[in-house]
Amino acid sequence: MIEIKNVSKWFGDFQVLKDINETIQKGQTMVICGPSGSGKSTLLRCINGLEPYQKGEIIVDGESLSDPKTNLYKLRQKIGMVFQRFELYPHMTVLKNITLAPMKVLKKSKKEAEKKAMELLERVGIPDKAHEYPANLSGGQQQRVAIARSLAMEPEYMLFDEPTSALDPEMINEVLDVMVDLAKEGMTMIVVTHEMGFAREVADEIIFMDEGRIIERGSDEEFFTNPKNERTKLFLSQILV
Amino acid sequence: MAYNFDWSVLWRQPYGMWLLQGLWVTIKIGFLAWIIALSLGIVIGTLRVTPWKFLRLFSSAYTELFRNIPFLVQLFFWYYAGPMLLGDRLGHYVNQIMGLNYYVAIFALGIYTASRVAEHMRAGFASIGKEQYQAVLSTGMTQFQMYRYVIIPYALRIILPPLTTEFLTIFKNSSIAMTIGVAELTFMSYRIDAETFHGLEATTGAMFIYLLLGLTVVRIMGFIESKFKIPGMIGR
Amino acid sequence: MFDAVIRNFGFLMGGFGVTLELTACALAGGITLGMIVGLGRISRNRWIYQPVTLYVNFIRNIPLILVIFWFYFVMPIIAGQPLNPFISAVISFIIFEATYFGEIFRAGYQSISVDLIHAAYSTGLTYTQTARYVLIPIAFRRMLPSLITQSIITFQDTSLAFVIGLQEFVRRASIVDNLEVRSIQLYGFVGIVFFIFCFIGSKISLHFEEKGRKTGVL
Repeated sequence: MIEIKNVSKWFGDFQVLKDINETIQKGQTMVICGPSGSGKSTLLRCINGLEPYQKGEIIVDGESLSDPKTNLYKLRQKIGMVFQRFELYPHMTVLKNITLAPMKVLKKSKKEAEKKAMELLERVGIPDKAHEYPANLSGGQQQRVAIARSLAMEPEYMLFDEPTSALDPEMINEVLDVMVDLAKEGMTMIVVTHEMGFAREVADEIIFMDEGRIIERGSDEEFFTNPKNERTKLFLSQILV
Repeated sequence: MAYNFDWSVLWRQPYGMWLLQGLWVTIKIGFLAWIIALSLGIVIGTLRVTPWKFLRLFSSAYTELFRNIPFLVQLFFWYYAGPMLLGDRLGHYVNQIMGLNYYVAIFALGIYTASRVAEHMRAGFASIGKEQYQAVLSTGMTQFQMYRYVIIPYALRIILPPLTTEFLTIFKNSSIAMTIGVAELTFMSYRIDAETFHGLEATTGAMFIYLLLGLTVVRIMGFIESKFKIPGMIGR
Repeated sequence: MFDAVIRNFGFLMGGFGVTLELTACALAGGITLGMIVGLGRISRNRWIYQPVTLYVNFIRNIPLILVIFWFYFVMPIIAGQPLNPFISAVISFIIFEATYFGEIFRAGYQSISVDLIHAAYSTGLTYTQTARYVLIPIAFRRMLPSLITQSIITFQDTSLAFVIGLQEFVRRASIVDNLEVRSIQLYGFVGIVFFIFCFIGSKISLHFEEKGRKTGVL
């Protein structure tokens, strides 16, 4: 369970997160949407301990991120993250990208790590690309490798930061399909995305952020058809066309 | 060894005048060599994209030759070996020319820097997309017109920032002319040392003069760049 | 045709040995100092950033010859006795080339996106592991072509130690030339030797650049 309690964050004088409260239960999928600059991506990075916050608390399975006794490196092992621009290691083959952390962090043997990696590549549908370098893959394939890289650590939570917004339209679905499968298998996921089809299909909760605040949350069709907040309405009307 | 600083060598006569004379020679060499470098460099750089293989080969041989040999060696070669290459009579005549070292310095620095300008030109052409060339040809222009009116002016604007750096470098490289006795700024600061044993003050002063010269050049080139820049392009 | 070169071959190549020694010392010192200068140039602490930037911009506006002279004049004052020109020249080269290497390192450090570091962290890698397996290998591959090119320039630059009487390659050629007056072959020979080394070096640099582009690291 991830609990976010009264979290505020500033970049210098500018407040990016304003008093955020949210709880994500095990096995749930939460979708965060909202205009650019609303603080969605920053919130995601805070949950993974990649960015510090100045006020409030984020608690993952009972461990507070801001507690100096918490080992962030240890905690991140159970939270995987997927980025907008894939961020694969360009100097390593697909297989090495996936096996690096299991071998170095979990001290798995090469054989064991590669076996797991091949299973994951099978699962995301590109086992034939194992020995390619990332530059030789399409965007959709790179993002699927990035997902496999995160899954290789057998995380309990997965964070997705606009995973399809850097992709050509014809590649979006191949990535979303992998994510839908994950959600249906019971992975706990927080997904920042504007793909409302995806949200409709798998989200247990949808939150809308604007100017650092959560201004609307919903859990069903109601969120799309009859949002309460004017800004949510405007935003949805712009992206749902 | 106790050292007594004497900063007055920077303005005491005749030394102060020497530094100014040196600066003037540095500026002259830099400018004249730059004229050679720019015109020759543009031509050689453009040869690199011509349809004739021989010319492309010549262009790349030129840049490889000049950039893989230290400028000091090139300068010595032109100054000492150059007249010998011209044969006995002509060489003898050339050796009589007053201020030969000065002309050789300008010539050598010019053709050396031309290779660097050519290299920037090549990179500039390479950065222009293939479709741009096709677009120009599709308007009915000939190859020559395409280069003359569109591609070369475009490439020159793209490479303006690296050319500024090159222009600064030419003044710095002109200091190497002191090795063949050209009385430019570095030479003069060394000469002050020979007369007064206060080389430290003289070279320190010369450093700041070079710095001022550099800052002035950057200022001027910044002005030129702002005049010629394409809106929305060339970020520095 | 190369009679003077052949007669003095040992003497000339001894000078080339000095040139190689100078280059090795200048590169070892210049690259080490350059790494630190590069770090200083991306520092957020202005007490580090400002002085380092001032040093880089100052030196890059000054001819190398003048830097060589300056250290030649200043070293005896600091050391209290006339210094060996080799050491004086090496110090000048290190101080001078470090500003150029420093800018290469700065660009290399800055070429790595924050999200790539975040991606490594998010798989549970520690800071040291991230630096060792991700940051340094990528930055190194990106910088390698420029580092090789700047090393070639340093190799050529060492010829300027000529001006403080150091008997490197060019100085020895000019000593022989003063005695035998065979300028064409002597300077031609020096030029050819430099050309061979630098040409091979530039091809190696190009090889790494193309390799980097092919694998998408650049």
